[in-house]
Amino acid sequence: MSQPKAQSLGHALKQAEPLAEAILSDGISRVSLRHLLAAAETLADGWAGRSVMIAVATQFEAARVLICLNGVAGRLLLLPPDVKPEHYASMVRDASIDTIICSDAAPFAGLGVETVVLGEALPCLSPIKNAKSSPTEWLMLTSGTTGEPKIAVHSLAGLTGAIAPVTASSRPHWATFYDIRRYGGLQIFLRAMLAGGSLTLSRPDEVVVDHLRRLAADGVTHVSGTPTHWRRALMSDAASLFNPKVVRLSGEIADQAILDGLKAAFPNAAIGHAYASTEAGVGFEVTDGLEGFPASYLETAPGGVALRIVDGSLQIKSSRMASEYAGRPDLILVGSDGWVDAGDIVEIRNGRCYFVGRRGGIINVGGLKVHPEEVESVINRHNAVRQSRVRARKSPVIGSIVVADLVLLPDIANVDVVKQEIFGLCKANLPSHKIPAVLSVVPVIEVTAGGKVARAHA
Amino acid sequence: MSTRNIVIAQIEQVGAEQNKMLRPLTDDLNLLDSGLDSLCFAILVARLEDKIGFDPFTVSDDVEFPVTLGDFVRAYENVPA
Repeated sequence: MSQPKAQSLGHALKQAEPLAEAILSDGISRVSLRHLLAAAETLADGWAGRSVMIAVATQFEAARVLICLNGVAGRLLLLPPDVKPEHYASMVRDASIDTIICSDAAPFAGLGVETVVLGEALPCLSPIKNAKSSPTEWLMLTSGTTGEPKIAVHSLAGLTGAIAPVTASSRPHWATFYDIRRYGGLQIFLRAMLAGGSLTLSRPDEVVVDHLRRLAADGVTHVSGTPTHWRRALMSDAASLFNPKVVRLSGEIADQAILDGLKAAFPNAAIGHAYASTEAGVGFEVTDGLEGFPASYLETAPGGVALRIVDGSLQIKSSRMASEYAGRPDLILVGSDGWVDAGDIVEIRNGRCYFVGRRGGIINVGGLKVHPEEVESVINRHNAVRQSRVRARKSPVIGSIVVADLVLLPDIANVDVVKQEIFGLCKANLPSHKIPAVLSVVPVIEVTAGGKVARAHA
Repeated sequence: MSTRNIVIAQIEQVGAEQNKMLRPLTDDLNLLDSGLDSLCFAILVARLEDKIGFDPFTVSDDVEFPVTLGDFVRAYENVPA
């Protein structure tokens, strides 16, 4: 298992000796990494040991604050932009936040903690009593967004444990469709920073085609996103404008259709899908172009993790896992035997493990279980399908039946023929209770702020 | 197409899709003997809701599930107010 590498992000950044031209950019603001580093060295007083919620308006500002406060603050909690204000109080309570750094203090008034507005630089504060002197804890919201958010506690050593050193000659220019205030995006932020290369950030207001054009213009070489992000990218002609060297998928099941689609669109790119979650950290990466992962990983997994399957569910053990849910001793993140179960259901077929769905997402058809994702992976094999979402429809007869929403390629001449073909594909590959009873063509499928297909779990 | 014809056509289609041997579709055919299983009926009700615009078995709490094919067709012919 890998050992802690970096106590301080500023220190690690300095060691990486960022390229003179390395920049952090979101298309509106740009800053050089060297400038960010200099800012971290001139940090204002009084932040030592504070438990800080980073609630600034943009990813760009969040990056600035992270670099300045890591190694100084006791805790850093990243607030993603899509969190509802009614959850702020529970987050402050659970994470024992004493200071909020924000772009506008109004939404955080009345929470009973000090609010500080970020200006050109971090303002000076009075030192707090009982300041923690331990290494900074990094707190991330988990991706399940219903109810009060859960907050996973990480260390920088754990967050960066899966990041391989980069040689100076091959510095990547990273981009990610994620927001860096969530686990998947933060991974890419750290990868870019530790490599001393550039990072092009996403912007929530930007349409896909403009975003892709910006990636091309910036000379991005490495790009990361969910399969849903990538399906959207492939729907855009702008995908033909850029030529990434590395394409990475995580956060959802990468089925064969999206892997093949990306290979066709980017024939020169290395395409890999990573298994990672906010709780389990980065597990492993699969780069053989196939969905799932070799069953041999259950004996020996790459990258210092151990894997096992218990009751159909993949469990993981590594030095990159979160340690606990902040302020919630009643919730179990790491089991007493040291394994994390992220709720991903796996099946073994012919020496390969396939992800079939999430434990909480099962549709119950007359007592038989259906994972939406396993049906989607069959539907997505049809050439005319850009994206699909399988969901339950309540049925007075047998509880639920399976129905599917489809986003098709434009210019499909005969939608009924396509539907019949998809139906035939399902019939040839799925037992009857898993075949969607109704196929509906829709203009768009709802996507969460985290870039995943929105699913209404009962 | 009349409501009756829509219902009958959908029964035949679902039966074919699910590889069911259907009995002749007469009004006095007992649904339990029709050759359609509960999954078929669930699919049928969902599709008819999309085609006809309502699900007669959920619009009201006191609807009894039909016994014969004739009952089933009439449930759709009695358009709710």
